[in-house]
Amino acid sequence: MIRIRTSDEIGLIRESGRLVAGALDLAAGMVRPGLTTAAIEAELEAYLRDHGGTPAFKGYRGYPAAICASVNEEVVHGIPGKRTLCEGDIVGIDVGVRKSGYVADGARTFPIGRITEEASRLLGATEQALAAGLGAVRNGARLTDVSHAVQVVAERAGCSVVRDLAGHGVGTELHEDPEIPNFGAPGCGPVLKTGMVLAIEPMVNAGGPAVRTLADGWTVVTADRTLSAHFEHTVAVGPDGADVLTTAVTAGR
Amino acid sequence: MAKEKGIAVEGVVVEALPNAMFRVELDNGHRVLAHISGKMRMNYIKILPGDKVTLEVSPYDWSRGRITYRYK
Repeated sequence: MIRIRTSDEIGLIRESGRLVAGALDLAAGMVRPGLTTAAIEAELEAYLRDHGGTPAFKGYRGYPAAICASVNEEVVHGIPGKRTLCEGDIVGIDVGVRKSGYVADGARTFPIGRITEEASRLLGATEQALAAGLGAVRNGARLTDVSHAVQVVAERAGCSVVRDLAGHGVGTELHEDPEIPNFGAPGCGPVLKTGMVLAIEPMVNAGGPAVRTLADGWTVVTADRTLSAHFEHTVAVGPDGADVLTTAVTAGR
Repeated sequence: MAKEKGIAVEGVVVEALPNAMFRVELDNGHRVLAHISGKMRMNYIKILPGDKVTLEVSPYDWSRGRITYRYK
């Protein structure tokens, strides 16, 4: 059942979303060759806790870390550890924050130093796919209008969209109804209503859409080992469009 | 954190393979290559051939699955 949140609740999710954006901004400033993914996790977790939030991923279905850090052919759910970032890598950082009982979820993929033309095109395509998905969100639209918009932009750039993972509703729990695939024909699925809160997260591969899960039970990689990028925002459905909650912009700017 | 899409099915573990992978025969006769879910790994739950398990199978790749529960 898809929850409709009150404006007070959306305000609290926005507070969590602000921390998500702050953490991702912190990651943006940190990432460089030689840094380990564990170091990024430590810094971001400290930031969240200093600002009154807790990492929503830690302990979720047994996930062992505060963030996900997915490098190159890792799609999502990379567990931070000793892996060291190198020039030319791309790293997807996914952060979930719980504050005052409400959760927000966001992600960005960062280039490390100079990356290839292909990697750059992938990042651009994925970010634009997210923007297209957000553009389709409004009261009265259908869920797969969003899914379709994401798919069209990703595929037009010559990339493919991961089928096995999806975005999701978010609010008091990290994963709520509905499931939001990043592909499909438009005009299907539930009708979006003002007050719904959705985490839209295109996962886009440079090669084919197939993915595999590694032996650690979590890390998802592309089956053909090509690069994969991931961007995510938590948004509230509004009468005219999406209200992005995972932003550092304060009201009245 | 992205949500995994999957259809819950039941099966019996046929073979234990390297890298914490298992071959599981589903009730409908399909054989899938399955890995153990992160939550089960965290709790050190061992899976052996002959165990009855619940898996989630991706609707886009029926040959792969994730074991989410082992029956006692």
